[in-house]
Amino acid sequence: MIRLFRYILTTTVAIGLLTINGVNAQPRNDLVLGMSVEPTGLDPTAAAPVAIGQVVWQNLFEGLVAINKAGEIEPQLAESWTISEDGLTYNFTLRSGVTFQNNQKFTAETAKYTIDRILENDSINPQKSLYKSISSVKAVNPKTLILTLSSPSADLLYWLGFPAAVMIEPTSEATNATNPIGTGPFKLLNWKKGNQLTLVKNEHYWGKATKLDKVTFRFISDPQAQAAALNSGDIDAMPELSAPELVSQFKHNQAFDTVIGTTSMEVVAGMNNAKKPFNDARVRQALMMATDRQAIIDATSEGLGTPIGSHFSPSDTGYEDLTNIWPYDPVKAKKLLAEAGYPNGFTFTMKMPTRTYAERAAEIMQAYYAMIGVTMILESSEFPAKWVQDVFKDSNYDMTIVGHAEPLDISIYARHPYYFNYHNPKFDKTIAEISNTTTEVERIAGYKKSQEILAQDVPALFLYAFPKIGVWKKGLQGMWKNQPVPSNDITDAFWSE
Amino acid sequence: MIFHIAKSLAGLIITLLIVSFIIFLVMQAVPGDPAEIILGMSAQPDTLAALRSQLGLDQSLLQRYLNWLLGLLQGDLGDSYTYSTSVAQLIGERLKVTLPLTGLAVFLSVLISLPLGVTAAAKPNGIIDSFASLFSQMGIAVPNFWIGLLLILGISLTFGWFPAGGFPGWEAGLWSALNALILPAVALAIPQAAVLTRVTRAAVIEITGEDFVRTARAKGATPNYVLWHHVMPNALIPIVTMLGMQISILIAGAILVENVFNLPGMGKLAYQALAQRDLIVIQDVVLFFAAIVIIINFFVDALYTVLDPRLRIRR
Repeated sequence: MIRLFRYILTTTVAIGLLTINGVNAQPRNDLVLGMSVEPTGLDPTAAAPVAIGQVVWQNLFEGLVAINKAGEIEPQLAESWTISEDGLTYNFTLRSGVTFQNNQKFTAETAKYTIDRILENDSINPQKSLYKSISSVKAVNPKTLILTLSSPSADLLYWLGFPAAVMIEPTSEATNATNPIGTGPFKLLNWKKGNQLTLVKNEHYWGKATKLDKVTFRFISDPQAQAAALNSGDIDAMPELSAPELVSQFKHNQAFDTVIGTTSMEVVAGMNNAKKPFNDARVRQALMMATDRQAIIDATSEGLGTPIGSHFSPSDTGYEDLTNIWPYDPVKAKKLLAEAGYPNGFTFTMKMPTRTYAERAAEIMQAYYAMIGVTMILESSEFPAKWVQDVFKDSNYDMTIVGHAEPLDISIYARHPYYFNYHNPKFDKTIAEISNTTTEVERIAGYKKSQEILAQDVPALFLYAFPKIGVWKKGLQGMWKNQPVPSNDITDAFWSE
Repeated sequence: MIFHIAKSLAGLIITLLIVSFIIFLVMQAVPGDPAEIILGMSAQPDTLAALRSQLGLDQSLLQRYLNWLLGLLQGDLGDSYTYSTSVAQLIGERLKVTLPLTGLAVFLSVLISLPLGVTAAAKPNGIIDSFASLFSQMGIAVPNFWIGLLLILGISLTFGWFPAGGFPGWEAGLWSALNALILPAVALAIPQAAVLTRVTRAAVIEITGEDFVRTARAKGATPNYVLWHHVMPNALIPIVTMLGMQISILIAGAILVENVFNLPGMGKLAYQALAQRDLIVIQDVVLFFAAIVIIINFFVDALYTVLDPRLRIRR
């Protein structure tokens, strides 16, 4: 009896001592972040994968301007700018006293080098087409950069905030993919490929110092492994949990914060507008009415995600909810289909990329279309390689389904050639006019008009905007809720306890 | 002896040449353009052409094949299209996980199966034998990645004795790194041990039924002596054969377990390279696997001559 009592006493004291230690501890200054896709390189100006920007954008590399968590443009390496009346001359006043992580100065010459590199003939910048309106770049003095355009481009400032336009340093350029040198608040410590990557604080950063000293990105592709890593404490945060069905365990767990936001990715079922019967707008509209967007969202991501009526994400400025143009109405859908000449429906093939969300959504759609007499045959297409070749390049498909992650990419419907094979001169004109606008109000109005045209014409079935499922340990602050630009900006992150 | 080694070496080189030819052709036939995957859907034709030129993809097939072979002869495996690092370095880093993992899995597998198989064979249809039978059936039926998931849930998350995944690297300390490999090794070892138990048991039972064993017993040898001096040396041959095959499979095929435990191993490298059409990495990795299999078989053959004196006599 005495022995038992003594045992309980010692154990309690031991536990007490251990927890006292915990209470007095300083808030942590390091963070371990989980990411599902590992970047293949660390130079966002030389390769497209979104994962690259998700590690380095804003953390390691910075641009002339930045895009903040609300999707708005902010000055960064350019302190201020003026745009001429005709929209053809941009005059940037650059910040002084900025150095790269290899101690080279950032000047207008560096900026000129960066932009020239994007535009040159043998450039391998994946977003080169966004900047093609720039005809010349001049570094007037170390603090002044002048861009001359061949035609107005109202979105140019936004594109300059993109990962593809971050400022790079000429002498370190060739090795940026493995040893990136930027102007950002963090620099690369090491990268164990296939495993994890560590950033540490840049002591010579020009701006506000970050509260974190060290950030480690762990690459975990399997969703179960991501959940296990969160639960065991191997990682502190998973800004984009890959499996929505695992969210509920964290929602009810007091040790975690679960924050659901939106991303710039629109999941759309593209149709080959050059092929029968998809060349008839009535057929496309009928199929849109036969699709219950919410059912797809419920099945593919546990109800997380926002139905969309056009090619625009709720996280982009200028978004209009156009889901009521062709709402779910199978009776009307069948009628419209009969009007178009298909009273008994028709058969077509859906090429689904090998991605869970695409496969699930396709199966749901197959069931809904069967209800109006349309037969959909499912075919798997290996993603990315085979899908890009088959559907994207060769247009060898009837219908497909994929998520378009680039923000403000509604202009793809005006791109020719593009896999939708959609030709609407009125839409092309509206998009072209947006470039010519000179005020924000006009620009937004232009985007709204283009959304409305697409919502009416339905060149692709607009399904939903992909959710951003963020799960992180309680006490972690400063993480972004939405993802207007594919990124993991942790410059403001800190532990509050 | 020298002639024997030279013959094996020649066989190795010819096999590798054939494999290299096949994998090169197969990867050309598979749809998918590495440049498009690297640069994404927004890339313009001129940008794609610039990258293809940079990667050497605009040369003729024969030119590329010969360039690759020439590089291999000089010890240069080339640079990965997606990672921009030398393939040799990539493989080297991954081997630091795969080799210890395979070693640990084989060790555990032998540790479980040999005693179990021998004991089961010693008393056929006894309790141990029934248990061994049950274990083999279940171990073969259940996939290794599922065992891995169970281990994570049951041991890692419930008790916290081992990490739930990830590999901290050998720099983090020997114990830390091994800790991360134990559960995956167990997940890999169980199905292998299941097969090896059956092989061991069958081999021992068969040898025990041979005349020379009966003779040895008749001459008064103890069961133990008979087991270790007469039965086991003979039974080792099928066991070693099986083990050689299992090692080859483990080095290449741990991809599912690597995924579940998030380990940066060879399997994951091969899988990612295939998805990204990183042709040079795929070609080098396949060649590497082929070389490993051949080398392991070579050692198994050499081991036969050690185990079986009859094979040492020249023809």
